[in-house]
Amino acid sequence: MNFDATNRWVGCFTQPADAKQMKHHVIRITVNGDRHTLAVAPHWTLVEVLREHLRLTGTKHGCGTGDCGACTVLLDGRSVNSCLTLAVEVDGREITTIEGIASSGGELHPVQDAFIAHGATQCGFCTPGMVVSSVQLLATNSRPEEQEIRHALGGNLCRCTGYTKIVEAIAAAATQGEEAEG
Amino acid sequence: MRPTTPLHRPHPHESARLHVTGGALYVDELPEARNARIGLIVPAGVAHGRVVRIERSRAESAPGIDAVLLASDIPGEALIGPIAHDEPVLAGDEVRYAGQPIALIVGESLEACRDAAGLMRFEIEELPATLSIAAAIAEESFFGDPHIIRRGDVEAALESAQTRVEGELSTPAQDHFYLETQAALALPLEAGGWQIFSSSQNPTEVQQLVARTLGVGRHRVVCDVPRMGGAFGGKESQGALFACLAAIGAARIGRPVKLRLTRREDMAMTGPRHPFWSTYEAGFDRDGLIQAFKVATYADGGFSLDLSPAILSRALFHLDNSYYIPTLRFEGRICRTHKPSTTAFRGFGGPQGMAVIEDAINRFAERTGRDPTSVRVRNFYGEAPRDRAPYHQRIPEPRLSRIHSELSADAEVESRASEIAVFNAGSLHVKRALAFQPVKFGIAFTNRILNQAGALVHVYRDGTVQVNHGGTEMGQGLHTKMQVVCADELGIPLDNVRVMRTSTGKVPNTTPTAASSGSDLNGQAIADACAKLRARLGPVAAGMMGRACDEDLCFEGDRIATTDAERSVPFHEVAMQAWLERVSLSATGYYATPGISYDIEAGRGCPFFYFAYGGAFVEVALDGRTGRHRLLRVDILHDVGNSLVPSIDRGQIEGGFLQGVGWLTCEERIESPDGRVVTLGPSTYKIPAAGDAPRELRIRLLDRAGESRTIGGSKAVGEPPFMLALGVVTALRQAVAAFDGRTASEVELRLPATPESLLRAIETRAG
Ligand code: FES
Ligand code: FES
Repeated sequence: MNFDATNRWVGCFTQPADAKQMKHHVIRITVNGDRHTLAVAPHWTLVEVLREHLRLTGTKHGCGTGDCGACTVLLDGRSVNSCLTLAVEVDGREITTIEGIASSGGELHPVQDAFIAHGATQCGFCTPGMVVSSVQLLATNSRPEEQEIRHALGGNLCRCTGYTKIVEAIAAAATQGEEAEG
Repeated sequence: MRPTTPLHRPHPHESARLHVTGGALYVDELPEARNARIGLIVPAGVAHGRVVRIERSRAESAPGIDAVLLASDIPGEALIGPIAHDEPVLAGDEVRYAGQPIALIVGESLEACRDAAGLMRFEIEELPATLSIAAAIAEESFFGDPHIIRRGDVEAALESAQTRVEGELSTPAQDHFYLETQAALALPLEAGGWQIFSSSQNPTEVQQLVARTLGVGRHRVVCDVPRMGGAFGGKESQGALFACLAAIGAARIGRPVKLRLTRREDMAMTGPRHPFWSTYEAGFDRDGLIQAFKVATYADGGFSLDLSPAILSRALFHLDNSYYIPTLRFEGRICRTHKPSTTAFRGFGGPQGMAVIEDAINRFAERTGRDPTSVRVRNFYGEAPRDRAPYHQRIPEPRLSRIHSELSADAEVESRASEIAVFNAGSLHVKRALAFQPVKFGIAFTNRILNQAGALVHVYRDGTVQVNHGGTEMGQGLHTKMQVVCADELGIPLDNVRVMRTSTGKVPNTTPTAASSGSDLNGQAIADACAKLRARLGPVAAGMMGRACDEDLCFEGDRIATTDAERSVPFHEVAMQAWLERVSLSATGYYATPGISYDIEAGRGCPFFYFAYGGAFVEVALDGRTGRHRLLRVDILHDVGNSLVPSIDRGQIEGGFLQGVGWLTCEERIESPDGRVVTLGPSTYKIPAAGDAPRELRIRLLDRAGESRTIGGSKAVGEPPFMLALGVVTALRQAVAAFDGRTASEVELRLPATPESLLRAIETRAG
């Protein structure tokens, strides 16, 4: 019985995948404008592929269960948790990670500028996911109310900032975007 | 203030651009980690047990596996720990908490390691486990002796008090939930050398414990900390275990090994904030002045000592919070249980201590129908004799009354209080309440030895500067502050100063970045190094300007100038000239905080260098149908001295406050009856989300607040704001009471004040 207890406990931290047995699938994806052809196992997640295989380590791994938002990327322009997205699901699709948010010339997105200017980063670990979620928010709603911003960030946890400066930064980026248009 | 100094001005975090572009590197993604093998820790599954047999041969021969290590495979000492060496790197004969590392699997990928873990078999004979403070007290399972602080005849004072309030309070555990889980990378180098990268607040301790575990001298091991994705105390002592595990794995296979915990593993294997259970009796006179306070408090230390004695001390040192207590007896003990070892967490016992006296004051106010804010203000420290802390240190200039009165005006307390009364009279299901919370927090490591720091500053021939110091960057903005201090000291632009990643090879024998003291200590050490450099560069510059070599000069605006501003030379030209004249351009700096001492036997001394103060008015709205509450508005006035970088300090206040709110209202760590943590991720363990932050948060830094004897006149800010969140509890208690409007009756509110707990509190009063 004690034997079982420990082995059950081990089981809840390890998900034996029989890695060697599994057939790999070939997928073609576009990441930040670059095309990649990759052989992936069916259980590999997008975040693993981005971090381990494409070395795009800006996307963070905070929980692996879809609850923290550190792994947020844009999939065909919509934000998803890349830890819950299987690599095989994204075959043929376009992905934007935090590394692809600034222009290729290095010019920052207004959200990025605003995060810097408003002190919206502390440890920076939630920041890539926060920035990606904010970029997606402003793409769909160029002038969000404060409550809408908080709502849009509902899936992005930050342990450091208390969110206030993040919300301020997004509001400022929105205002700035509007001024630029006007 | 000098016109060009970057000091006392807002600046972005020095890594902000890297943060927002995804370019900031943490241990897991360092280039050095690329070809590392992966380590997986196998946790033991019982809270207490005797290890009978471990079967590892099938795992060892699984595909992609390099090695499976058990306790018997550790080359050096098998025990580590920050104060006592009582923590096994891997459980040997005995398992002492569910989740304790018992085996380390090293392989080519995490997948391969997981597959192999499934092939291991553990036979562990379960033994009776001590799983609560109550059980530990019953079994007398403690670490060390009680720590006692006393003054006067507390029994007599309680006897003669007009009102006597008795109570007990449990404050909950709290998981650090740093977004970056524990991580370490160990690289074996040539000639028996080691390079360790660790997500740690204490690289010196990592160096020391890795050396111990490997059985080599400390000079063989260098530990670097690039940056951490949050730490909050959870990486003060507890990062070391993972570095030691990576190192023994790497030693075994002769290749680099990397460990990064999953969230589940991190939450199961590492310890949270100490839960405390306290009983108290408080005596008040007819004016509401505290006459006596008697407290017995117990901290759940978990299975090993870790930092518990220091945390217990700080809890006892903050049982007074901001209030003068003429007679008192505080007694604290650390319980030994079969749980992960509880550890440092922002406030380091301070919040647990303060919560007790705040509870006593709340009960007193509720029972006697008094305004809790006036009770608090009335009891503030003040002029002698009301200026002595329980441990007899003098509280020199309590800024509490000033904070209270300025903040009351800022927060428009009077008009809002009447507005709230009107609202509550007309609202059946939602009640609002406004509460005041003061904080006084002692700054310094209470352990005298730790109050020292070193720095190493290099000036290059082009006038640019590298600064190394002993502190680590966990998001708190320490490197930004240190960059600013160095630029100010040498009078050069911020961009010409680069803060290097923390390394034990650059600055040795450092103190952990903790106790909010990072900028106090390291800032002074950097200033010391810069003073030496100025003393060397001055004569060179004077020579270049044809002045006497002992003339006083100004370092300002990237130039070195005569004080009459008649002549000046660019800093970089002086640097080059110094090199030509064979003057050293590199200096170490050192600082030891003066005057810290404490006699634990007597319960007396000066454990603190100074005190940081703050105050908050918190307004909540509580829905009596759901138990849900909202923070409507929070006003904070905080004393950070002359802020080194105000934008950074505001960020610390905002983040610290909300973390405190999480501890007190939504974060609930739940264990199964057999001692396993079941809240192993953010889906079940709720830290505050964006919607939980106050709807309106107004923060002001106290002006005219310069502190003498500190770097730039600044004060520490990392921890103190956390405790301002105690005001949320007071406000919620008032909101609960508002549902029945009965005065002179106490509120029974269990912490954390989750919706269930609040509903129960409302129902209890309804009878
Ligand atoms: S890592 Fe994907 S949501 Fe947390
Ligand atoms: S900045 Fe650290 S988690 Fe958000």
